[in-house]
Parts: sequence; structure tokens; C-alpha cells
Amino acid sequence: MLQYILQRVLLMIPTLFGISLLSFGIIQLPPGDYLTFYVAELSAQGEEVSEAMLAQLERQYGLGRPWYVQYFLWVRNIITKGDFGRSFTWNKPVNDLIWDRVGYTMMITLLTVVFVWIVALLIGKYAATHQYSPGDYIATFVGFIGLAVPNFLLALLLLYYSLKFFGLSPAGLFSPEYQDAPWSVGKWIDFLSHLWIPIVILGTAGTAGSIRIMRANLLDELHKPYVITARAKGVPERTLIWRYPVRVALNPFISTVGWTLPELVSGSVIVSVVLNLPTTGPLLLGALLQQDMFLAGSFILLVSVLTVIGTLISDILLAWLDPRIRLS
Amino acid sequence: MTATPHAATPSALPPIETPEAQDDVRLLVAGQWQLMWWRFRKHKVAMAATAISLLIYLVAVFAEFLAPLPRDYYAADYTFAPPQGIKWFLENEFGNREFRPHMLGYTVEIEAVALRRVFTPDPEQVIELGFFVDGLEEYRLLGIFPTRKHLFGPKDPTQPFYLIGADKLGQDLYSRLIYGTRISMTIGLVGVTLSLVLGILLGGVSGLLGGTVDNIIQRVIEFIRSVPSIPLWMGLSAALPDDWDALKRYFAITVILSIVGWTGLARVVRGRFLSLREEDFVMSARLDGVSELGIILRYMLPSFLSHIIASVTLSIPGMIIAETSLSFLGLGLRPPVVSWGVLLRDAQNVRAIATAPWLLIAAIPVVVSVLALNYVGDGLRDAVDPYSR
Repeated sequence: MLQYILQRVLLMIPTLFGISLLSFGIIQLPPGDYLTFYVAELSAQGEEVSEAMLAQLERQYGLGRPWYVQYFLWVRNIITKGDFGRSFTWNKPVNDLIWDRVGYTMMITLLTVVFVWIVALLIGKYAATHQYSPGDYIATFVGFIGLAVPNFLLALLLLYYSLKFFGLSPAGLFSPEYQDAPWSVGKWIDFLSHLWIPIVILGTAGTAGSIRIMRANLLDELHKPYVITARAKGVPERTLIWRYPVRVALNPFISTVGWTLPELVSGSVIVSVVLNLPTTGPLLLGALLQQDMFLAGSFILLVSVLTVIGTLISDILLAWLDPRIRLS
Repeated sequence: MTATPHAATPSALPPIETPEAQDDVRLLVAGQWQLMWWRFRKHKVAMAATAISLLIYLVAVFAEFLAPLPRDYYAADYTFAPPQGIKWFLENEFGNREFRPHMLGYTVEIEAVALRRVFTPDPEQVIELGFFVDGLEEYRLLGIFPTRKHLFGPKDPTQPFYLIGADKLGQDLYSRLIYGTRISMTIGLVGVTLSLVLGILLGGVSGLLGGTVDNIIQRVIEFIRSVPSIPLWMGLSAALPDDWDALKRYFAITVILSIVGWTGLARVVRGRFLSLREEDFVMSARLDGVSELGIILRYMLPSFLSHIIASVTLSIPGMIIAETSLSFLGLGLRPPVVSWGVLLRDAQNVRAIATAPWLLIAAIPVVVSVLALNYVGDGLRDAVDPYSR
């Protein structure tokens, strides 16, 4: 097991390297560099830019040097000092801006994974045990709709209907009165009452795919001899389904987290723009539109790295659950 | 696989439940494509979805003819004018009700405090509608035939026409949706073509050569798939220079979408190559002295072409959604180009939705086309293996 984990962690290194190169590439793509923007911004505000400050910034980020030197400095600053560079639109270190938002993003994504699993397990099991029943058809159809409707559209529709029928907007993660308040029981309740909205919206697309997988897996298992044996032995149907075939069918289901996770993170970026959540989405979009590239690149780097780590954890969990995987 | 060489007796073939199934002989002599067609035809939903998809592509081809107004026509007086709705009967001078489809014009007042326009239907302003009416501008049908005719529209083209409402510039949303069809539907096709070229090339190389090359390509695919695609697309398209014209931007966006899109197709191609390499008929061709390229083109390609078509169909909807999402965020296509995503961008915030909920209508074609193409792809995927089940 340890060997398997080690092997997977080692395999992750080239991926992380690739991600860092990609994010750095995105930082470098727009014409002009950070410093030009920064100076332009400062002079637009009527501030003096001192020569000493310019020289210091230039040294710190290796500006004007070849790209690989800049890349090396960028990565070194992140690894050794946790310094992601500066955001020139906010005039703050990127570090001060991102962690809260990345935290909320990860929290929403993980809760969505749990939501998707529970819903897909229950509905998929129902659809498989009631194959070709109206319920099965409805589940398949709803699944297709979930796949076809981009989730930012769902978010828009939700905004519209809650405005129309309740006269309120479900945007954000907190009501205005709790926006800047310290954490309290009231704030938690308020937070949870807002949290389910993005989770359900994000979950629909993932649930659709997972229901189909669960249904297909379970259908394959249901007609195997061991199920018939158990039934012949007189095991109650309910216990039987949950104890044997569902457990077997669950395996490939868990392994799909590897591709649901990137999808969910992707979706959360755009849904949070619509719902105006304090997650990475709105800030990343703003940073990209204003070409605040250190901020944008850091977001892309962090979100991708965390996604890869999440996938790694799910792989390890899967190997722990199923000995066949770690041995082959 | 444990294929016995003499297993190809008729009784070993699993039965196919087509209406033609009684006619065993016909079934046995039917070609691969014939069998696929029979099977696809059975999938009623997929057939309906195919019809709908073709219809949508026809709309894209004949956009100028179907849209009553020119693409960029606007009337600032009619900012956010609500849908007019068609009334079917009109009283003539003798007081009889006559079948004459028409719409009512608006009297526009500007609210003093909110500076918002208030539209009240005005029974005096009757805007008669007709088929094959003359439009405002001359255009070229299919890019060749100069004409002014439109399928339907107001008989007097200068009268206001807002079938499903107007946007913030007072442009007719209905006409713009039709023009948007062209961009949104073709970006899927162009993007998929590009992904397909890359996918066949790299997937084919991967499956053919195997070994180190295969390993590297597979790692690259895994890498691309492990990165969340929307942030990646956003980053790349935000880096496109601002001064690029519409056409350049259009192609740049398709290239960006294909960067992720090729991976799925490459996997399918590689998988087919690997499984076909072991087939008996490939081996016989090789023993016959057919060249490697000849084997691929003459024997392997026809037998996995159908799988490719199915996966291509299934990846078009993803492209459409991706373009819509990017344009919605303001990072994809930009006005004056009209796509469904560009139109939805107007409905980005709560205030816009509250003022003009009809802007959300632009979501309907997205959902319909994506659903239809998904069902077509699903039907094709079921049909491509005519010998299974």
C-alpha cells in the first residue's frame, strides 16, 4: 500500500510541473509585463514611482531576464516563501487575496462531491432495481437535462425565479447583515442556508453522469449468480441489494471522482460568477479581464494543483478499498 | 478474446430485433452501414433528435432569410421593449373579425424617477405581419442570390418588430437568436474538426507505435484532463490580443477549445487501433503483404469510422456549451459577433434579469441543440456495434 502511495505521489510530480509551466505561460501571454502595468497604474493615480522601488521589484521577479529565469524565480518564491507575486489591481500581495477564496471553493466542491454521491447512489440504485419503470425513465431524462443544461444557466434561472416568486436574490454566501460579522451560530445558520444553492446547482451535471454509471454498474451485478444465491437463501431483498451488489457496483463509481473533480471545479468557477459567491470565480474573472496576471495565474495554479491532489487522494482511497487496484 | 476460427456460422450471430429480422437472409447479407442504419432507425428519440439537429443547422444556413431584421439593426427608443406577441384576428372596417396576424406597437413613456422606459401596447398602431415580406436591407441568400425577402416579418419593415422582446440597444432578440445560431452551431463543428485532426493524428500514432511514444502521449492526455478546463480556457482566451478582428478571435477560440477537446477523441482512436490490431482480418491483410498505410486506410479505418462519428457527435455539445460559457463571461466571442453566449451575457446580473427576463430566452436554443445532439450521439453509439446484443 505504502509503495502504491509513493508511486502515485512520484507520478504526480511531472503533472505539477506541467501545471506550473502552464500557469506561468498564462501569466506571460499578454503583451507587456507586470511592471509596465504597475507603473502605469501608479502614475494614473498620480503617485510617484521611485527608482529604488522599481529596481527592487525588478530584482525580486527577475523581470527583463529570460523567461526560464523568471519562471524559476516565480516557482522558488512560491515554494520557499509562499509568495505568489503582487496583484496590481488590488495593490496587495496575491497571498492576501486568494486563500479565503480558494478555501470556499474547495469546501463547496467537496460538499458537492458528497452531494453527488449520495443522490447518484440513491437514484441510481432505484433506477437499476426498477429498470424500465416510469421512475427509471424520469431519472434518465432528468439526467440528460442535467447534462445538457450548462450549470450557469441553472444558476441564472434560479436567480430569476427566486426574484420573481420570493422577491429576493439568492446570490452570495451570506446575508448582508452577516457579511462582515464574526463567526457565530447565527452566521453559520445563515451560511448553511445559502450554501445548498451552489451545491445543488453544481451537483446536477455531475449527478446526471454518476446516476448513469451507478445504474449501469448495478444492472451488471444484479443478474450475477451470487445475487440469485443470496435470494435463494432467503436474505431479505433490501438487505441483499445493499449488502452485496451495491458494494461491488460502488467501486467504478468512486474511481470516476478523478474526472468529476476537475469538472466540478470548472463549473464552480462560472456558477460563482453568476451567484456572486466569495470563491475563486469572480476574482479570477476580474483578474483576467484586467490582465492582472499574477493574480489570475496563481488562481489557475492553485485550483489545478488542489484538483490534482484531490484526485490523488481519491485514487489512494480507492486502492485502499479495493486490493485488486493496488496489486495490478 | 477467445475467438474460434469457425464461429462464424449464422446461428452464432446474436439476433438483431429489426422489423426485418424475420427476413434472416436479408440480415445476413446486409452490409455494416446498412445494419447500423436499421439499428439507428429503431431509436425513435435519436431519429427525432436528428431531425431537430438538422433543422437547427438549416436555420444557421438560412439565417438572413429567417431573421426578419438585419443583424445589427437597432432602435434606441425601444431599449428593453417587452415581447409584443402575435394577435391573430383583426376587425375590418365592417366590424367582422378577419384572420390577419398582427402585433401592436408601443407608446413609450420615460418614467421620471427611474428613467426607465415604460411600454404600453397601443391598439392604434397595428403592425401587420406577412410571409415573404421585403426587409430593410438587401442581402445575399447563401452568399449568392441578392434578395430582400424574409420568411416572415412586418409588412412595413420600418415598423417596430419585437417578437420576443428587445435587448439593451433595442435590437430584436428573435432575429439575433437566429444569427447567433450560425456562430454557436458552427463553432462546435469547427472545433470538433480541429480536435478530430489532432485526435486521429496523436491517438493513431499512440496506438500504432506503442511503447515510449504511447506512454508520453497518454501522460499528456491525463495531464490535460486533470486540469479544470474552464479556468484554463479563461486564462488562454483572456490572453488573446484585444485588437484581433472577429474572424481571428473566432478561430482562436476554436483552437483553445480543441486544446482540451482532442484528448477524448485521441483516446477513442487509440482504443480502436489497439483492439483492431489484433483482429484476424488485419493479420490476414498483413500476411497478404499489404503495406502498413494500406492496412490502416483500407481495412482499419472503415471499421472504426462509425465509432469516430459517434464520439464526434457526442463532443459537439460540449464545445457549444464551452463557447457559450466563455462568451457569457465576456472572454469568448464579443459583439458585434452574435452567438447565444454573447446574447446571454446581457442577462448576467440580477438587475438585467429583473428588467428584461426575456433575455433568458437565449438559453432555450442552447439547451435544445445540446440535448438533440446528445441524443443523436447516444443513438449513433448504440448503433455502431451492429453485432452487439
